[in-house]
Amino acid sequence: MPLFSEAGLPASYVPLSFSDWQQRPEWPAVSLANTDPVEDLAPHVGRLRLIVLNFPKFSDGRAYSQARLLRGRMGYRGELRATGGVLIDQIPFMLRCGFDSFESEQKGFEEALAKARTLFSVVYQPTEDGRIPASRLRLDHTVAPTP
Amino acid sequence: MPDTYFYRYDDFDRTLVAERVEQFRDQVRRRLAGELTEEQFKPLRLTNGLYLQLHAYMLRIAIPYGTLASRQLRKLAEISRKYDRGYGHFTTRQNLQLNWIRLEDAPDALAALAEVDMHAMQTSGNCIRNVTADHYAGAAVDEIEDPRIWCEIVRQWSTLHPEFSFLPRKFKIAITGSPNDRAAVRVHDIGLRLWKNEAGEVGFEVIVGGGLGRTPMIGKTLREFLPRDELLAYLEATLRVYNRYGRRDNLYKARIKILVHEIGAEKMREEVEAEYLSIRDSALRLPAETIEAIAHQFAPPVLPERPMISGRVEAERLSNADFALWLKSNVAPHRVKGYAIVTASLKPAGSPPGDASAAQMEGVADIADAFSQSELRVSHEQNLIFPHVAIDDLPQVYKSLAALGFAEANIGKITDIIACPGLDYCALANARSIPVAQRISTHFAGLARQHDIGDLKIKISGCINACGHHHVGHIGILGVDKNGVELYQLSLGGDVDFGKTAIGTILGPAVTADKVVEAVDSLVATYLDNRQDNERFVDTYRRLGAKPFKERVYAAV
Ligand code: HEM
Ligand code: SF4
Repeated sequence: MPLFSEAGLPASYVPLSFSDWQQRPEWPAVSLANTDPVEDLAPHVGRLRLIVLNFPKFSDGRAYSQARLLRGRMGYRGELRATGGVLIDQIPFMLRCGFDSFESEQKGFEEALAKARTLFSVVYQPTEDGRIPASRLRLDHTVAPTP
Repeated sequence: MPDTYFYRYDDFDRTLVAERVEQFRDQVRRRLAGELTEEQFKPLRLTNGLYLQLHAYMLRIAIPYGTLASRQLRKLAEISRKYDRGYGHFTTRQNLQLNWIRLEDAPDALAALAEVDMHAMQTSGNCIRNVTADHYAGAAVDEIEDPRIWCEIVRQWSTLHPEFSFLPRKFKIAITGSPNDRAAVRVHDIGLRLWKNEAGEVGFEVIVGGGLGRTPMIGKTLREFLPRDELLAYLEATLRVYNRYGRRDNLYKARIKILVHEIGAEKMREEVEAEYLSIRDSALRLPAETIEAIAHQFAPPVLPERPMISGRVEAERLSNADFALWLKSNVAPHRVKGYAIVTASLKPAGSPPGDASAAQMEGVADIADAFSQSELRVSHEQNLIFPHVAIDDLPQVYKSLAALGFAEANIGKITDIIACPGLDYCALANARSIPVAQRISTHFAGLARQHDIGDLKIKISGCINACGHHHVGHIGILGVDKNGVELYQLSLGGDVDFGKTAIGTILGPAVTADKVVEAVDSLVATYLDNRQDNERFVDTYRRLGAKPFKERVYAAV
């Protein structure tokens, strides 16, 4: 499947499935099913360079929670890739949960990715993308949104 | 422009809604151009409130916490005229549904809504839905705190939440700020009840895993007392546990109530509390300034106290028996002396519950401007409410409502029926609901008799999905299909009043459509013969059990 990323990340390590990786936890890339216990990666996130999370269907949203736990709870900084049912209209959500690369077969994905961060100039939730939610901006009375 | 006494959008909110409309416009364009399949388009239109029904698209518009300004109601009337057939249907979830929208028009209809700071986001789809509240909020005598402050905080947090837009199933939150729950918090995915503890602090009881549908369940209390500023952390923790572990293998087992049921309330509490402890002290904690700023917007109108007794009201009461009954059933006490909360009945005798034409909506908006601080509420019983009416104005409000056909003195009575769309509109139905409601309503139309019967809630669903809440009706009526024949199953003893929330018990074999009215009549007769003192129907049933009711119904049908 074609790979996209905002930063134009070079193709990196080949990920192992979670069970294979558990045999070789020194390997820097792993691919998780959305039912795999993401917490088990906690001791290793400093060494991992690529984590692939899977959307068996675009409507199965479990990997959004996995992504936020990796970025927020465990402080993972490496590449976080979405694969499977990855569609243009989910990009804004995925970026907000900390994904930074995407495998998708959908036409127009690259153009959509380029625009996805600015599609919504206001966000309401604090998440791992570092954007400041409206509730915080309101406390700083000098800031107005840019329409 | 009159002031409003509830949340006003600022530029942040307006920008987001406007950007959302433009995003949807582009999605509709791509769908019409064939770039999106219906399967890909479906979740996109659903999270914008657009359903595909048998004959056309249906647009479900959110009325957050059921509160509307008159100018918003006028806009809804205008939209229903311009893009639909000139009427709308107020639902049990404080939404408005328009049944005949064209896909090409949907983005323009949404843009028109945005002009009055409204939207249809997340009124459908497997996401956090429009948050509902006590319809007397801000005016009720028994209120501890206005629940709409918290509904608005939850509305913002849940809008386009990136982690929770593809949940196992839809997710409904209701909030009440009064000990007398009018928001049915125990039959929601999450119900929140504000209360004051012994130390005098106000916090939430957090109730999780209630719901109706095919497996009705009463929610479990996960947390007795949650400090208010930790609300979003607790919600995010609960939703995260649900998103990760809720079932996705079977549509009918995907609601959070099934997760709570399968792993048990104890385990659910452990999981949620563990997650919550990790995020409690994050940016999700609400700063006092944020809470205050939103609370400030819900500051009630300043109403000068007035006399409780009005000569005009007394004169009208003596000369007009219907008005006297209306005062009893449709007028509730207000927190300020000399004012009242008035409910306009969208259930005139023999008509489909919850419908309003564009002209009626405009008429209601006019009444709100003249007599109720330009404000309205939609109740989950599908009626409209004027929250702040001076007692002295009641005769005029009554007269204006009567001209619209909304002055029926039947609130809480046997003809104040909740009925789902049923077989007349709904593809999933086993049986018709609206005609059954109409027949019962016609049969019991006499107001004096209704008032003699007293409080009695009939709720009708056309199939097991329970959109008409039949499980919690004092008398519940469920349409079932037996070899192609429409039959109706009766259940008794359901309730949604706080502390008394109960799922009704099936009375016996289902009856045919032509016997439903007779059966209800027998139930009522049994009650009237046996009631003691001021007992309500459901109290008599609880005292005596099903036996006398059952005998009489099945002897008659
Ligand atoms: C005609 C089109 C409609 C269809 C196809 C439909 C379908 C459904 C389905 C399948 C469910 C069960 C969902 C579940 O348990 O997960 C449901 C629940 C519900 N529906 Fe509808 N519905 C329709 C109209 C309405 C209307 C007009 C209302 C409001 C008056 C309504 C109110 C509800 C409520 C309150 C529930 C929640 C019960 C609960 O799970 O707690 N529905 N609907
Ligand atoms: S209860 Fe059944 S028949 Fe009634 S609207 Fe819901 S799905 Fe349709």
